[in-house]
Amino acid sequence: MSKKMSHIKQNPHPEKDEYDLKETPDNSRRSFFRKIWGWIALAAGVELAGLSIPFIGSGRKKQTKKETGKFTAIAQVSDIPAGSVLPYRSGRLYICHLKDGGFLAVSIKCTHLGCSVEWDEKKKEFLCPCHHSMFSLNGEVVNPPATRALNIYPLKIEEGVIKVNLEHPIRRKHYNKSQETYA
Amino acid sequence: MYFIHTICTYNTLKKICRFVAQEKTVLYFKTEFMQKKLTFLLHIHPKRVPRTSIRFTYTFGLGGITLLLILLQIFTGILLKFVYIPSPAKAYDSILFLQNQILFGQYVRNIHHLDGELLVVLALLHMLRVFFTEAFHPPIRSGNWILGLCMFLLIMFSNFTGYLMPWDQLSYWAVTVVTNMFSYIPLIGPHITVFIRGGADVTGNTLMNFFNFHTAIIPLTFIILMIFHFWKVRKAGGVAPPRTSQDHERGLVPVMPDLIVKEVAVGLIVLAFIFMLAIFLNAPLRERANPAFSPNPVKAPWYFIGIQEMLMHFHPFVGTILIPLFLLGFLFYLPWLHYPQNNAGIWFSSLKGRHTAIFSGIVAFILTPVLIVADEYLIHFNLWFPSLPSILSEGLFPVLLYGLLFYLYLFYLRRKYRPNVNETVQAVFAFFLVTYTVLSLTGLFFRGPGMILMWPWQI
Repeated sequence: MSKKMSHIKQNPHPEKDEYDLKETPDNSRRSFFRKIWGWIALAAGVELAGLSIPFIGSGRKKQTKKETGKFTAIAQVSDIPAGSVLPYRSGRLYICHLKDGGFLAVSIKCTHLGCSVEWDEKKKEFLCPCHHSMFSLNGEVVNPPATRALNIYPLKIEEGVIKVNLEHPIRRKHYNKSQETYA
Repeated sequence: MYFIHTICTYNTLKKICRFVAQEKTVLYFKTEFMQKKLTFLLHIHPKRVPRTSIRFTYTFGLGGITLLLILLQIFTGILLKFVYIPSPAKAYDSILFLQNQILFGQYVRNIHHLDGELLVVLALLHMLRVFFTEAFHPPIRSGNWILGLCMFLLIMFSNFTGYLMPWDQLSYWAVTVVTNMFSYIPLIGPHITVFIRGGADVTGNTLMNFFNFHTAIIPLTFIILMIFHFWKVRKAGGVAPPRTSQDHERGLVPVMPDLIVKEVAVGLIVLAFIFMLAIFLNAPLRERANPAFSPNPVKAPWYFIGIQEMLMHFHPFVGTILIPLFLLGFLFYLPWLHYPQNNAGIWFSSLKGRHTAIFSGIVAFILTPVLIVADEYLIHFNLWFPSLPSILSEGLFPVLLYGLLFYLYLFYLRRKYRPNVNETVQAVFAFFLVTYTVLSLTGLFFRGPGMILMWPWQI
């Protein structure tokens, strides 16, 4: 407080703090301005946040819009024997021909954490390489950690040709018979 | 002609050597240069520090080495940015171009990769040093413990975002798996995943987001936190000095040259070590990313593989959200656990602290593998209770079972050693540390194709 601080104006009444708002008579004006600054700071914060939101969330807009409701022809019914699958890699799905003759378009994505499941021909099961989840032919969970059945895609059969709508994966908890399509 | 040239070079060299060896020069560096020209270093260090606290075997220079690694990471990162193109179509090719066409391209990438992995190790070791010498007590050092944790998380986050950059099979699937983990947060989870990825799947938008985080947001935040961290160390008067009873060890020594020379020496040795290692260890590059095929097995990078191993045994909500949040909460709240003593500067708090920590480590080292094997072959809650939802059979029941075993361990520990809070917290910390290490080792060496348990030599 000695030599270095000497250029700072000393408080003539050290027992009374110069800047104590409660003591100063023009308290109301000062506190009013302080409030104003507070509100302006808040506004600036909102502005900066508002500017960044459209940028941060621009991901969805950048994706090209896909045609909806379009069914893609994938295979002939006769190509797939009952109890087997046909992988359709570019659409990231399997066409499954169940034992009872029904067809399902089952997504390749494991419902646990999104790795691609592989069809094990010997065990007749889908196996996920990431955490060892297993699914049956109809996509139902056989072995955890996955907690729900594989997604399916809308599938229809016209004149023996299997067609799948690739844009609309359907989430499901369990398999049931109404999800199947029959030739 | 050649002869004269050699003589001239020889004479010049001799002159330079003589100049360097002159007593005047040595004196200049010792007094003038070190103590007057380098005074800006006193922003980081106090002028004098306790003799004991700069002993290498007390701190092992871990914080300083971490700083060096960060600086090297910034340097090599900037170099890589001149070549790398962050788009799914070009990223992989730009890495190939870097490795095949640019002089030292592969080498600089190796350094950046190795440095990133060493950063996790060194930051962790630094944190362990701070924890086991109790240099986290409020009010002086608690803030820095929190800052350090934040920086550790940033390092993990930086490594994770950098992992996607090469856009090969390894990075694509690791990022797919980890971003999917967020979708198990109740209600908002799926939206967070879409937000991070910039869409439903890992695409070019994800790469853009990650690139921005990896090269701008994280480094900037990190540098700011780092300056704050150093300032707080400086304010606390340097590292928490070790307790000593011997008189000849007490006393202060000038930072310049005593500490600075040590720091420079350690830094140069580490730098040489990295430069040498990077010649031999090539950063991995698998095939180009293919969204239709996961490689088998998909393994997370080794510093996340413990979490992946945990996912094999718990419902994903428990494994990815609850347990990590619980552990993070424990770490962040750690300085305020009402310790009866401030044992800062004593390794393991006390002699009993050593025993309890080692005991806990041994228990965890035996218990964890036993539980892993038991869960694989004996315990099948999902089959025993097929009608219950999986959050109970795969989530609650394993947690209850583990919680019970943990309680038994804690009960026995308290019965046998009667530790105080300092020693108990330390024992629990050691327990979790060893558990995570065992989980990581299991995931790394004992999981083959299809993530099936097997011996390392069978894989």
